Amino acid sequence: MANTQSMCTSFLGEVLTATHNFGSAPTRGAATADTFKGALYLVSATINASTTVYSSTGEVTGTNYTAGGVAITNATPPASTNTSSTAGVGYWTPSASITYTNVTLSTAFDTMLMYNSTQSNKAVSVHTFGSQTITAGNFTLTMPSNTTSAALLRLSTT
Amino acid sequence: MLVNTIHGEMDDSLLEKKEGSIDNDVESTTWVEYWLDGVLVHRSAHVTLKTSPFTTLEAASLG
Repeated sequence: MANTQSMCTSFLGEVLTATHNFGSAPTRGAATADTFKGALYLVSATINASTTVYSSTGEVTGTNYTAGGVAITNATPPASTNTSSTAGVGYWTPSASITYTNVTLSTAFDTMLMYNSTQSNKAVSVHTFGSQTITAGNFTLTMPSNTTSAALLRLSTT
Repeated sequence: MLVNTIHGEMDDSLLEKKEGSIDNDVESTTWVEYWLDGVLVHRSAHVTLKTSPFTTLEAASLG
């Protein structure tokens, strides 16, 4: 078993049906942004592009870690920029680091699944990093810059 | 400086401190560990993501 960094394929279809809302959308019942969360997964888990929804299977457990992870700060709505006359990039990045505070996670983990807790915990993206354990400490994931070339989520047209 | 440990807050002068880092195409990561008599009593890590999933959308040609 292994985790694979990937954009969840289910998310692509859900973007087209406005299942996910990182900003505001007047055509939806609620114009407010959805709540997104980040859950951590063990090295032994299988979280990848086939993941469609958050599951506690393979999720880390430990002191001060709540199943489902933590809420992701979303103060900056998505943006889009034309890169040429025929192409562009839509992008979004959480507006703050994701921090798991004073946790003890003794079994190695290497993955964060971002998912939409407002929309039935549907999966968004999988982010992998080097294997970690935490002992009575903080685990912090600092986000990339919110640009067309580095944002956490980027959808490009060609 | 006080450090949170598995035994509660302890003065870092009582502890052995170890630090490390990784910097590659995927991440820039630092961690700090505090040890007491050969036992790991604190470990924190800070990961800065450098890469992310990138999805390309393409419109199909008609006709």
